[in-house]
Amino acid sequence: MTTFKIGRRRADGSTPLPGGAARRTFRFQQRLAPYLFVSPFLILFAVFGLYPLVKSILLSLYVTNGPRDHVFVGLSNYRFLFSDPDFGVAVRNTAVYTFWTVFLQLPLALGLAILLSQKWLKGRNWFRLAFFSPQLVGQVFVGVIFMVLYVPQYGLVNHAIHAVHAGFPLDTKWLGDARLVMPALVLASLWMYVGFNMIYFLAALQAVDRQLYEAAMVDGANGWQQFLAVTLPGIKPVAVYVLVMATIGSLQLFELPYTMLQQSAGPDKSGLTIVMYLYQNGYITGDLGYASAVGWTLALGILIVSLIQMRVTGVWKGASA
Amino acid sequence: MIWEIKQRRPRHRTGARRRSAVIAGRLAVLLALTAFSALTLVPLVWLVAAALKKPDDLFHYTFFGPRLSAQNFVDLATKVPDFGRYVINSLFISSSIVVVQLLFSSLAGFALAKYDFRGKSLVMVIMLATVMIPGQVTMAPLYELLCRLRLVDSYLGLIVPGAISVFGIFLFRQSMLQIPDDLLDAARIDGCSEFRTYLNIVMPISRPMTGAFCLISFLGSWNSFLWPQILLHTSKRFTLPIALNQMVGMYQQSYGMLMAGTLLSILPVVVLFLLLQKEFVAGLTTGAVKG
Repeated sequence: MTTFKIGRRRADGSTPLPGGAARRTFRFQQRLAPYLFVSPFLILFAVFGLYPLVKSILLSLYVTNGPRDHVFVGLSNYRFLFSDPDFGVAVRNTAVYTFWTVFLQLPLALGLAILLSQKWLKGRNWFRLAFFSPQLVGQVFVGVIFMVLYVPQYGLVNHAIHAVHAGFPLDTKWLGDARLVMPALVLASLWMYVGFNMIYFLAALQAVDRQLYEAAMVDGANGWQQFLAVTLPGIKPVAVYVLVMATIGSLQLFELPYTMLQQSAGPDKSGLTIVMYLYQNGYITGDLGYASAVGWTLALGILIVSLIQMRVTGVWKGASA
Repeated sequence: MIWEIKQRRPRHRTGARRRSAVIAGRLAVLLALTAFSALTLVPLVWLVAAALKKPDDLFHYTFFGPRLSAQNFVDLATKVPDFGRYVINSLFISSSIVVVQLLFSSLAGFALAKYDFRGKSLVMVIMLATVMIPGQVTMAPLYELLCRLRLVDSYLGLIVPGAISVFGIFLFRQSMLQIPDDLLDAARIDGCSEFRTYLNIVMPISRPMTGAFCLISFLGSWNSFLWPQILLHTSKRFTLPIALNQMVGMYQQSYGMLMAGTLLSILPVVVLFLLLQKEFVAGLTTGAVKG
């Protein structure tokens, strides 16, 4: 695709410089410029991005104790990982969380975006601002806020549910009951991300060609048929992008449960996620080799899930910006 | 759009009845939107109220109590005397990262958008390939590398590797592709060096994108937890998320104080967001929609 000509610009020859040496320097800086412009990034990227990436493959074959003490163990990090029941728990929790959060989040976000895209609506920006506001709050801070909202007896969540449904026990321990930790996490994550994804859907909806709707109406399509025939195909690239991104983000869940459950995995490890497992078994113990092995396992898992999603939805170029 | 209710009404209704049906539909939409946005705002309003209540009043009143009180902030200052330092640490680290990311990403984005040079497509391919790989993969060798460079437990250890933003480069490349070549050529004919062109022509045009990027980048480093938690060991150097996470463990029952700390941790981002709101939403959606 790239034509390999060396950075010469079209303005060449028309430079009003007095010619000779000055013109040559001017041309020289023109030719050199793109290399100089990308080099700060490229150097940093090579040292702090690519090198660690390659190194982590090697490192995952070692057992380490701190940064300097290495013993080669081959694939046994991976073997141990897959036989560790804790890792199984972490994978299951992360998968359950991802499933629920993505499949509740996206329809809600799309629904809100459709409501917000009504042409007659006034004050759209205020609604958008409100829906987007949780996105400003980092996961750790959300964890602290929701930890207090979930407090048994006094917490706002219990009181709100109790007000709607009087049979709901006020002493429900969201974060102390292994069965309720996951719903508590999903609820907090919905609060964080629905508005964020809605912004994408809203932009996509506003980009759908209005004439298509008019054509559909002439053909007698009702609202639901128009949604299926015009809206969904129109927003599909964005919808797939949002789906893949939301899934990738959910698979890396860590800060929210780690803070909310007060630096623990929760009752019966019900809040243990893959990244939390990685942090606890890699960094707290100082085994960077094991941390790399968990990291690569997660990366491959994410890759496979994303590829499946893009395959199933039939959008292959979803990742290219 | 499609969901405009009037089109769905059966034809035989009279004008007045049809109009009232339209109004009813619109009211329902407004009601739903209001209810959902209120629901979204409840935790934030509750946070502000909780931080400003007397600690004992926290659960006595759902939102604001009869009196405002600064007691929670006083508690915070006495129990966590370093809190101000954490705020300054976070501000310093996040702004430094924004500045270097902005400089390097816009320069590289400009080169990728407006020049043909050897290896350009290779750079793009490598960047795209690494986008999919989650950060947790490189953390362990990066930690090792920073140990050797003696950058562990230092601000530089966060800022230097943090200067890379592939996302930022794509963002800037995307917006700079739309700058007409003629404009750049005109600057060159006037004798502008390539860097002057970047500084005086390209960057001023890219201002909305710059605003959006600054906010996204600031938000990212302000809220980041795992990497600073791994890298920073000395409590004086902690950032706000690390400090807050520790406070949750240490002062489990002092909810009011925790809420005060959380409020102070969110405030700078909210201020920045309100300043850059328009650019932010525009920039966020460019990459996705224009594909």
